[in-house]
Amino acid sequence: MKPLAITSYTVTTALGRGLDAQAAALREERCGLHDRGFETSTLQTWIGEVAGLDQPLPAAWADWDCRNNRLADIGLQQDGFDAAVAAARERHGAARVGVFMGTSTAGVQQTELAYRVLEDGRLPHWFNHRTSQNVYAVADYVRLRLGLGGVCSAISTACSSSAKVFASASRAIATGQCDAAVVGGIDSLCLTTLYGFNALQLISPEVCRPADAHRTGLSIGEAAGFALLEPDRGQAPLRLEGYGESSDAHHMSSPDPDGRGAAAAMGDALRRAGATPDSIGYINLHGTGTQANDLAEDKAVCALFGRNMPCSSTKGWTGHTLGAAGIVEAVFSLLCLRDGFLPRSLNTRQVDPLIESAIVLESRRQPLRRVITNSFGFGGSNCSLVFGTAA
Amino acid sequence: MKQTMYVCSVGIAAPGLPDWATAQAVLRGEAPYSGAELPPYQPQLLPPNERRRAPPAVRQAFRAAEDAVSRSPRPPAELATVFASSEADMGIIHRICTALNQPARVISPTDFHNTVHNAAAGYWSIAVGARGPSNTLCGHDVTLAVALLETAAQVTTDDCDVLLVLYDVPPPPPLYQERPISSSSSVALVLTRQREPGCLGELSLDVVPHAPDSTMSDAALEALRLSNPATRALPLLQLLAAGGAGTVYVQHGDGQTLRIQLSP
Repeated sequence: MKPLAITSYTVTTALGRGLDAQAAALREERCGLHDRGFETSTLQTWIGEVAGLDQPLPAAWADWDCRNNRLADIGLQQDGFDAAVAAARERHGAARVGVFMGTSTAGVQQTELAYRVLEDGRLPHWFNHRTSQNVYAVADYVRLRLGLGGVCSAISTACSSSAKVFASASRAIATGQCDAAVVGGIDSLCLTTLYGFNALQLISPEVCRPADAHRTGLSIGEAAGFALLEPDRGQAPLRLEGYGESSDAHHMSSPDPDGRGAAAAMGDALRRAGATPDSIGYINLHGTGTQANDLAEDKAVCALFGRNMPCSSTKGWTGHTLGAAGIVEAVFSLLCLRDGFLPRSLNTRQVDPLIESAIVLESRRQPLRRVITNSFGFGGSNCSLVFGTAA
Repeated sequence: MKQTMYVCSVGIAAPGLPDWATAQAVLRGEAPYSGAELPPYQPQLLPPNERRRAPPAVRQAFRAAEDAVSRSPRPPAELATVFASSEADMGIIHRICTALNQPARVISPTDFHNTVHNAAAGYWSIAVGARGPSNTLCGHDVTLAVALLETAAQVTTDDCDVLLVLYDVPPPPPLYQERPISSSSSVALVLTRQREPGCLGELSLDVVPHAPDSTMSDAALEALRLSNPATRALPLLQLLAAGGAGTVYVQHGDGQTLRIQLSP
């Protein structure tokens, strides 16, 4: 594919708002997770919560108020992202800048709250399904907030959602549906995911320890992140070079233990980038900290890259942000390229002896030309992205 | 910029339209339309475990998808997929939100993995062994336009043939008051790069300034069109059934309409 310039990018996670907060936390080895409960949850679990989401949206946007859209709103205001989109809107026209947003649960937390106060079995007057719970709500909100009027899509493939936005946006630009694209992902904490993953016995009672011999599962987090993609004219130092997508065709909530789908997605991303495995300097793993994911992904990584490719999951820092994980880890990959920095696998004490790839246990500085990031989701949905520095 | 793809086959499952053969006759005006809801469906291609676990929205998606691939010369394992639904399964959201109000907060693990918007895509890939790319989208009432644009982009850019499946089912109360999708309906299209044997026509898409949606002249079919985001495809299916050339317009977004031109 023709690489796309990443002319602006930002992310907000439990580590803080914007790029500086992420980079500082990675340098200072500060974990964003804590073991206080979320809302009325009584589960023994660690979460990656974004501060400040108790503030409602401005009055003009009151119809859209819910935790997920609040998080989107805060995210858009970091690192001058909204201003960068406004400039792109001037360059291309509002109808020619597409919006592609990934989310898994959108504003379902609003529905949870509404169900607490049913009156004669009816939903309360303040509940608005279209602007909160519906999966398209956050995409439409971002589009309206940025003053855009072109193609707009919500992608919801569980935990690969906001990686796949890069693929859909690339295709839309290549076919001329738009001239530039705002991609991103937003997922916010809710009881549905906490109690749901708990029902599947995938939630860890302690902090998430990716690739650890004694890992016990996920810590759930929330995040909003965005990137602006435009045809590459050498105007930006970092680029999207490839995407790869595949399906496991194996099981609804467990990965193919041989990692075939994961390997296919990474291979497809390398092919589209015109990149060889040895041109990659670092892999940002999906690395959820569940037994099954980390083993299957390791098999795929070793099959494609051998055992010496530096790789780590950053979910020990942010938690698994589900539908936002793709964009969080895309932006972390961009920070790795920008700063020449390999973050360690936080909270990992002793690597599982069954995991054979080169898990980064000490963060280090190292110039990087190209990195790959993985996002895998329920339903066997896999997506890998290759980012690089402009040659 | 126009994007072109070929309609290899069509599937449908909607009140009074249990399959494409029936729908063709109705849409050509050769058979009367009576809009009775279809009885519950058992997906034919799912292994027994998955068949037992598949929720109503997934079954609805499978019914049209199975109809479309049964008429396609392309093995379903070779097709990339685009699944598109406004709501997926609101019955599960209702059960989970209700359970979260009980002291024990017990959620069924199967219910939880079925909440993902891409549940139908996941079940489908397992059913037919499709290991290629798969996307799942939502566009609320403009889901059809969003899904057609993604499909066209996949066909033209990624050089793949795509099974597109649109589906929605009525939410239970009280969510129905907020989202009155009043029919269980699904529509599936196999869309290809090249003209396959039995091809139903060539589709060209482009986005134009706002134009009114194409409608159905028969009042009962027009009611069906408005009952579900998936049945917004009925005017396109009517053109395909007639086997001729024509243009339909579907709502896309603020001030924009997707224009779909069919040529034989």
